[in-house]
Amino acid sequence: MIKSHFSSTFIRTFAVIALFISSVAHAQLRVEIAGVGANQIPVAIAAFGNESIAPHQVSEIIKADLTRSGYFKIIDTGTVLTENSQVNLAEWKSRGADALVVGSVERLADGRFDVKYRLFDTVNNKQLSSMALAANPNFIRVSAHKVADDIYEKLTGIPGVFATRIAYVTKAGKEFRLEVADSDGMGNQVALRSNEPIISPSWSPDGTKVAYVSFENKKPVIYVQDLVTRSRSVAANYKGSNSAPAWSPDGKRLAIALSRDGLTQVYIVNTDGTGLRRVSNSNGIDTEPQFSADGQSIYFTSDRSGGPQIYRMSVNGGEARRVTFGGSYNISPRVSADGKNLAFISRREGKFQIYIQDLTNGQEQRLSDTVKDESPSFSPNGKYLMYATESGRRGTLAVVSVDGRVKQSLSTQSGDIREPTWGPFMK
Amino acid sequence: MRAISSVFILSSVILLAACSSTKLDDKAPVEDRTSSGVDPRSVGTVNASGDPLNDPQGVLAKRSVYFDLDSYTVKPEYQQVVENHAKYLKANTGRKIIIQGNTDERGGAEYNLALGQKRAEAVRRSLSLLGVPESQLEAVSLGKEKPKATGSDEAAWAENRRADIVY
Repeated sequence: MIKSHFSSTFIRTFAVIALFISSVAHAQLRVEIAGVGANQIPVAIAAFGNESIAPHQVSEIIKADLTRSGYFKIIDTGTVLTENSQVNLAEWKSRGADALVVGSVERLADGRFDVKYRLFDTVNNKQLSSMALAANPNFIRVSAHKVADDIYEKLTGIPGVFATRIAYVTKAGKEFRLEVADSDGMGNQVALRSNEPIISPSWSPDGTKVAYVSFENKKPVIYVQDLVTRSRSVAANYKGSNSAPAWSPDGKRLAIALSRDGLTQVYIVNTDGTGLRRVSNSNGIDTEPQFSADGQSIYFTSDRSGGPQIYRMSVNGGEARRVTFGGSYNISPRVSADGKNLAFISRREGKFQIYIQDLTNGQEQRLSDTVKDESPSFSPNGKYLMYATESGRRGTLAVVSVDGRVKQSLSTQSGDIREPTWGPFMK
Repeated sequence: MRAISSVFILSSVILLAACSSTKLDDKAPVEDRTSSGVDPRSVGTVNASGDPLNDPQGVLAKRSVYFDLDSYTVKPEYQQVVENHAKYLKANTGRKIIIQGNTDERGGAEYNLALGQKRAEAVRRSLSLLGVPESQLEAVSLGKEKPKATGSDEAAWAENRRADIVY
């Protein structure tokens, strides 16, 4: 287990953060790794030149990211190597590394930090990538995550998600909070504080807004909040319950669940609350709508056949086709952005667990070993699922790769954490 | 009241004066109050603090309807609770209620929100069938988000499978 390495990173980074955030006591998320991928690419990562001038050590963040992904084995170079250093790739190959990462951090005249890096392929004896990122000091972590994303993509062929963010709900005592953090759990910020529950947060495709359900009016109402300006508007407050908001891929509409006609059914509405139209039509409960990646279909939960199952219908409504057939209780559909996989929660023998279905062939696989799972959310590269579960009677978050091998847990020091939603790629 | 009495006295005196040549007396004649039906000086008390809604011992103090597992119909034992509130709402058309449906903690948040809605809707429908106007009723759900009883045992679960009438 690569836990000890990560813990020292966490402690060092936490100490630095503690210096900068003195008055506000946020509960930091603690990440633990519980499973790794089948194959791990050995990568040597050097300490970056001058990196101590920045509030966070760039090479440490890169190492932590790649370790956490489960697909890399980190080899410490034990030395500083910059993008200008002479490197003997054959020697690194003989030391067991397939790739070598070097770089430096420089403070520019305008106060920004410039992060430069190079990625070498030791097997084929060539440079694979290089980058230079200039950003304000408070974005140094994002720069490090972007370097890690570049390494991940060049070595696996898949875009990395280290520079993405997550949103989730915490409950501590009587207070509920909607928080936003980096995907490694660091840098959490509070978007909403309330004395009443908050559920079903959902990121806009451009990553600047979150839709959510708030009970502050003694009934469920859907809000859309701009994270930057803090302004929010009511997207739906019809008679009865308003819930389960999901953004269309073009960011212009929300699919929602309303009980205004008696039974809970699926509707579509513009994000400003205009243009409401009903889409589903059954004698049961239809809820938890999700747009397909091309925006032409809606996956949703329906118990029209007796117990809840997942269905798919056109965005214009009409006939719905059943998608899940295993077991008698399948809810919370989520579709990967590449349209390949459907993740959901299935209750079997009293256990609520994450399942994944390959949409090309209908093959199903259980992904989690935890037994009280809820709210799955795909990473934007479709390779991981974050979800809520319980550990020791407290709500925690967990991450699992779509092949079930890579596993992590994220917990707060006190209180519960729940309702995670993984944000999109952003610039 | 005094002014009206004066008018009454004056008009009767004028009538008497018109009918006879009897000299007018300086003193006002004694009114005979026993023969007429309603006493115009009587004052009846309205007791606003006695709204049956505020009586902790009254039948309206019971505002919860409990449901069996996987059940979304109002059991006969709770029909009286529904009737009591229906009667009050029909007599007090300015009052509105929100009916909040709940579920126990087992299951997903959104699906449970919809199940709780079915419980609230069952109570709403019962009240509506008893003649309470739509405008006084709204059925909503809290799903499993606001449990009254914490704990993961049958007793807690039973306490949370509930719809509450909220004024």
